[in-house]
Amino acid sequence: MAEDIRIGVFVCDCGSNIAGYLDCPSLAEYSETLPNVVFVKENLYTCSETGINEIKNAIKEEKLNRVVVASCSPRTHEPLFRESCGEAGLNPYLFEMVNIRDQCSWVHMQEREEGTNKARDLIRMGVAKAALLQPQEPIQSEVDPKALVIGGGISGMTSAMALANRGYQVFLVEKSSEMGGLLRNLHKLAPANVDAQELLAKQVEAVSNHENISLLTSTTINEIQGYIGHYEVTVSTNGVAQDFGVGVIIIATGAKVFRPEGLFNYDGKRVITQFDLEAFFRNKKFKADNVVMIQCVGARNEERKYCSRICCMIAIKNAIVIKEQNPETSVHILYRDIQAYGTENEALFQHSKQLGVRYIKYDQERPPEVQENAVKVYHHLLGRELEIPQDLVVLSTPLIAGEDNEALSKLLRVTLDANKFFLEGHVKLKPLDFATDGVYLCGNAHYPATLREAISQALGAASRASIPLAKGVMTVEPIVSVLADEDACRGCGLCVALCPYSALEIVQTEKGRKVRVIPVACKGCGVCASTCYQHALDINVYTDDQVEEQIRAFLTGS
Amino acid sequence: MVLGGGIAGIQASLDLAEMGIQVHLVETLPCIGGKMAQLDKTFPTNDCAI
Repeated sequence: MAEDIRIGVFVCDCGSNIAGYLDCPSLAEYSETLPNVVFVKENLYTCSETGINEIKNAIKEEKLNRVVVASCSPRTHEPLFRESCGEAGLNPYLFEMVNIRDQCSWVHMQEREEGTNKARDLIRMGVAKAALLQPQEPIQSEVDPKALVIGGGISGMTSAMALANRGYQVFLVEKSSEMGGLLRNLHKLAPANVDAQELLAKQVEAVSNHENISLLTSTTINEIQGYIGHYEVTVSTNGVAQDFGVGVIIIATGAKVFRPEGLFNYDGKRVITQFDLEAFFRNKKFKADNVVMIQCVGARNEERKYCSRICCMIAIKNAIVIKEQNPETSVHILYRDIQAYGTENEALFQHSKQLGVRYIKYDQERPPEVQENAVKVYHHLLGRELEIPQDLVVLSTPLIAGEDNEALSKLLRVTLDANKFFLEGHVKLKPLDFATDGVYLCGNAHYPATLREAISQALGAASRASIPLAKGVMTVEPIVSVLADEDACRGCGLCVALCPYSALEIVQTEKGRKVRVIPVACKGCGVCASTCYQHALDINVYTDDQVEEQIRAFLTGS
Repeated sequence: MVLGGGIAGIQASLDLAEMGIQVHLVETLPCIGGKMAQLDKTFPTNDCAI
């Protein structure tokens, strides 16, 4: 290498967090003896303004061209230190972090000497690697300002409208011939008692007439290739295929209602589901004097452990509808636990009791028994069995994951949870995003949601999706895979199959089949580099040379 | 302008700022973070709330 390597090492005390358990002055002293190190400083807190200024000044005054900070976890502080290097005029990727807090002072609190020795090893390795670091430039890529929304239920339509109103072109794809999803089956919507079909009709009209929305019904997704900003989508409408490009994708595929075949004598006539009941209301076919509803049918059991969380409110809502039609109709709700959170839900729950709806708690171990004209249930407070007359039994069944979820998750390389619902990127920090950039989710595809929640999520997902669309350009951290040795690559495609982010593809070149890295999609996880038996791929800031140098430094000893 | 510097206000401000919009985040207290800043761990991942 032509330039002189001038490394500065900063050893952080982290107050007493590190210095309380390790001999930091000796670490600083030791760092001075390492190859290429021209400047060493021990800081009380390297991340404080004072510490940061010391890094910046040293870069300028000591002409440092590599910086090593021995402190805490790169997960929390690497971005700050990189940025500081950048502000002082040093390429941010000529920075190396050594974690002597989590890996030394925290885990070796009782072993000061051994802990300090380990910190010495780690610093020596960090310095060895730093010498081989190369500058990197941020990766930029343009974003196609269009969106694909998969699913034409209320979530998909709401997302599509939100994006279209912001001026982005949206392709809204629905596999069935009609829009609306589960909403098409509903009668009244709690808590405001809105007519579901009126709301649906309004939304369908708005979506159909919006100039920025291409509505594709009876359409299935055949193929999706690409990455954030550049997706190539192939769909087929009644067997006719078409292609288009989009920058972002929203999954709003909804869920299915569980059919309780074989449970509680379900027959769809005298023993029906809540969704069947909604249809009875809509078609004015509802006629019964004694209604018994049974909650948690096929949910919260061994087979389906989760709570579908909306069925309690559906039962309460429908019980109120029945009571308001005819106060003389008796309604019993047999439940395990009632979930009616929030002011409005609780108010509806209390209102239903005032209207005379009777609630009886049953035990999962002794479930109700549906008989010819009655339901037998063990009342655990009375300690005896009750026989409730019925001429209609309504089963509250959970929503279950859609049958296309698995295929779609493979197509987009996004994850599903244990129940085959789509899994968000982070339960709190990224509730509407996937771990894969550029793909978002909302509504029942995620987990059972009320209409209001589905709409909130849909607006949120559209908002998240419009961030890259508004920016127009994606800037990605340049910690990525590179095809370091093109001749070595045999185009076997093993790395392509294993890449969790669809960041690799096989292309035909003059030298034959070779892998190509799509830097903007790559997260630098290293799966490809570690599986390539030809050593053709490298991660640019964890190259084989750099890692080998670290190992050599470790084995050389202090 | 976003009123309230708790987790909801912070996230809304960040999302808007990411879209390239200048945001004024207003909080009555000397520091932002709201209720969440007073929590230790957050359910169900047990992440540190801060």
